[in-house]
Amino acid sequence: MAEVTLSKVVKKYDEVEAVRGIDLNIADREFVVLVGPSGCGKSTTLRMIAGLEDITGGEIMIGGDLVNDVPPKDRDIAMVFQNYALYPHMTVSENMSFGLRLKHFPKAEIKKRVDEAARILDITDLLDRKPKQLSGGQRQRVAMGRAIVRDPKVFLFDEPLSNLDAKLRVQMRTEIKKVHQKVRTTTVYVTHDQVEAMTLADRVVVMNHGTIEQVGEPNDLYHSPATRFVAGFIGSPAMNFIACGLEKSAGALKLRVPPDLVFDVPADRTKRYEPYAGKKGLLLGLRPEHLTDTRVAAEPGQQKLDVTLNVIEPMGMETIVFFTLGGVEICGRVGSKAGARSGERMSLLAHLGHMHLIDGDSGKVV
Amino acid sequence: MVDAAIRAEGVKSGARKRTSLRRMMQRKSTIAFFMALPLITLISLLVLYPAGYSLHLATLNKSMERFVGFGNFTFLFTRETFWMVVQQSCIFAITAVIFKALIGFVVAHFVHNIPAKGQRKWRGMLLVPWVIPPAMSCLAWLWLFDPSYSAFNWLIALFGGDPVPWTGNTYWARFSVILVNIWIGAPFFMIMYLAALKSVPEQLYEAAAIDGASWWQRIWYVTLPMMRNIIAITALFSLIVTFANFDIVRIMTAGGPIDTTHVFATWSFRVGIEGADIPLGASVSLFMVPILTVAAVFILRDITRRGNES
Amino acid sequence: MSRDRTWALRWSYFFLVLFAIFFLVPPIYMLITSLKTSAEISAATNPWWVFHPTLGNYIQLLTSNQYLTFFRNSAVVSVFVVAVTMLISVPAAFALSRMRFWGSATLATGVFLTYLIPETLLFLPLFKMFAVFNELTGIELINHWWILLIVYPTLTVPFCTWIMIGYFASIPKELDEAALIDGAGWIQTLVMIFIPVALPGLIAATIFAFTVSWAQFLYPLAFTTSADQLVLPVGIITSLIKGDVFNWGQIMTGALLGAAPPLIIYAFLMDYYIAGLTAGATKG
Repeated sequence: MAEVTLSKVVKKYDEVEAVRGIDLNIADREFVVLVGPSGCGKSTTLRMIAGLEDITGGEIMIGGDLVNDVPPKDRDIAMVFQNYALYPHMTVSENMSFGLRLKHFPKAEIKKRVDEAARILDITDLLDRKPKQLSGGQRQRVAMGRAIVRDPKVFLFDEPLSNLDAKLRVQMRTEIKKVHQKVRTTTVYVTHDQVEAMTLADRVVVMNHGTIEQVGEPNDLYHSPATRFVAGFIGSPAMNFIACGLEKSAGALKLRVPPDLVFDVPADRTKRYEPYAGKKGLLLGLRPEHLTDTRVAAEPGQQKLDVTLNVIEPMGMETIVFFTLGGVEICGRVGSKAGARSGERMSLLAHLGHMHLIDGDSGKVV
Repeated sequence: MVDAAIRAEGVKSGARKRTSLRRMMQRKSTIAFFMALPLITLISLLVLYPAGYSLHLATLNKSMERFVGFGNFTFLFTRETFWMVVQQSCIFAITAVIFKALIGFVVAHFVHNIPAKGQRKWRGMLLVPWVIPPAMSCLAWLWLFDPSYSAFNWLIALFGGDPVPWTGNTYWARFSVILVNIWIGAPFFMIMYLAALKSVPEQLYEAAAIDGASWWQRIWYVTLPMMRNIIAITALFSLIVTFANFDIVRIMTAGGPIDTTHVFATWSFRVGIEGADIPLGASVSLFMVPILTVAAVFILRDITRRGNES
Repeated sequence: MSRDRTWALRWSYFFLVLFAIFFLVPPIYMLITSLKTSAEISAATNPWWVFHPTLGNYIQLLTSNQYLTFFRNSAVVSVFVVAVTMLISVPAAFALSRMRFWGSATLATGVFLTYLIPETLLFLPLFKMFAVFNELTGIELINHWWILLIVYPTLTVPFCTWIMIGYFASIPKELDEAALIDGAGWIQTLVMIFIPVALPGLIAATIFAFTVSWAQFLYPLAFTTSADQLVLPVGIITSLIKGDVFNWGQIMTGALLGAAPPLIIYAFLMDYYIAGLTAGATKG
């Protein structure tokens, strides 16, 4: 068990900077998920922690020891790969015990650990099978078993669920969470799927272009994103961004969405937003669930608007509606019985109490 | 020990850290280099060095004591046999490769046509000529072509034909060595094409059939373009092997009658080993280099291109 | 099944039978002749039929010291060459496909190019090199069967290395990373992971090396002359053909027995044999 510390870690491939100086503290027993689009440097970061990539600059510490120059086998880590990387010529139990056998553990100890891990993962019946005879989900379990028997300081997961079909992915997600609750090993988990990140993590690290955009607990990231990138990346359907302007008229702060929509800025935000009045390139960020039909409980900051719906997507428990506002396609979520129809006009409520104001120049949320 | 030192001091000393990292990377390349060393030694000592050495040998006189420059080459150019060898080598290689490719393509198609469960059996049978060591099968052909007991001539006589001098006169002898070469090489083409045919997705044929393509159009517009790469590379490989072939001509005719079936390889053996004129033999064999180089360049281009795609 | 399809199938079988006859006549004729006595052969009866089948040729050859010497020489040379080839090419292929060092990419291409250099270009300089070596050290290389152990690997190693590179490259990178994290060194990764996983490729390469060594004709013809140093292909041709007296029954028997080892390997390991054959052009 150990904490992992990254300070000013840089990775360059020739002249391309894949990771540009990231700082991150992962506490003992914590489950941290690195999430971001492909090419954001998340996998490279994980592989540097594993020791599979050398570090161009900065320091990585595991359990208080500097590991920059320590080869992977001496870092006391275990890794689960996207394609499982099970040794195809070994049985499940041979796969799981390979690392222990290399380290010349006593036979009895190996058997004890393999049986224990198999019990945790419910794969006791599969121990004598070869990977070829296993389903995707079973292979995934074996890959985790291989990590568990090592009893390492840190678990590293590199997109372990992306080869599974949608249903199994949800199931295995829960499984991984359960295993972590049982073994409580510090875990670093990489994924491009923000739902996976939100559901699994104690803390989520959102990465983009080789830097960390924001670190935080899942709900914090969702409700108070720090940047436009995080706001847009977390949440599905994604947050709407509408170009807008802030104006001060008659002492009140108004939000103007061209050409002709004007909202009052909620009272509790006035002070925060005042300095941005008149500034160009502002964006209004509003999640789809904050554009609803009118049949909801009253809340401060609700404002009505009439729109013409372009397309509707009935989902059963709700209906996703699309309409055009300020020149961009906007997504809202209305009740399935609210009577939304493609091509027809509809009255919606914008819940501006949940709005975000983004400074377009810096990309920061105000 | 080393780890402990790094742990203690690594944090403070950046420069030291870099060096040990480099040392680790170096260790990996050193191991890799030693693993490849036997290969490098073998290739440089027994392939590259002799290849270069033959260039040197070609500039010496028969007793290998005196430098004669291009003397061996100019001497060759005045010999009628040499020009015959050039001509025969080209005819031999080109005709054989073309027919191997054609027969291989046709046979592969027929095998591909029949139900899948029978294909293995046929494929296995049709590859036999490639599996038998050429020296052994050439003996069988030699016996089939025997001047007095030829089993082919016996069949021809049965239908009232005249006996054919299979290895007795120039034209038939040339025909015979090419025929044997085709017999040995066509199965290889068949196997390569069959593998290529299997890799053409069935949907393409279905799509073509829906578009109304006839079987001929399907071959022309679907099969051939999809197999172009394999066809080219197999033909180039075969061209190299055929052009440099020794066994067939050596055993079937030993170059005769009166040197008319010699190819570069057999003639350089005759001159170099049997005639004990190593420099002249080396000069003869060097004439294979240009065509081999051209074929090799094309093969290499194809391979690097595929490497880049993947 | 449509009418067209039925006819296409009939034609396919018809032509396949024709080609099978063309491809199989020589080996079958070898078998026919090998079962005949010399008297029957020179009687010029129907050559395609055996009237008085006999195993006399087989018995004679298999009890002849000379033929057995050829066979033993061939077997020893081929087995040793296979072993040497594998010992050289498997570690080299692993280093070239996985470990990368300065010049490794060039070397991989170079290996392939060496495969394209035919032995007919090298036998004369090699012959001279061995002669010079003899002058310098007094060790006579020419006319000893074991000289073939030195030269045959030049024919087998480049191709085997090349196809092993292809097979190793098809093993996912994560597998050696997993082994690395599990604590395996490079050699352990090669022996415990790569060789077992790439076993089909290893078998294909072994078969290739064996058949090439077994069939090689030019090098033994150029480098060995004494009857007790010869390998099969050269042995049959130089010893069974005495002057102008061709004992065809024995020659065919000898050739058939000489062709037997590759044919038997082929019969049992056809899929590996074919995989090795197609690997050269389709992998890499």
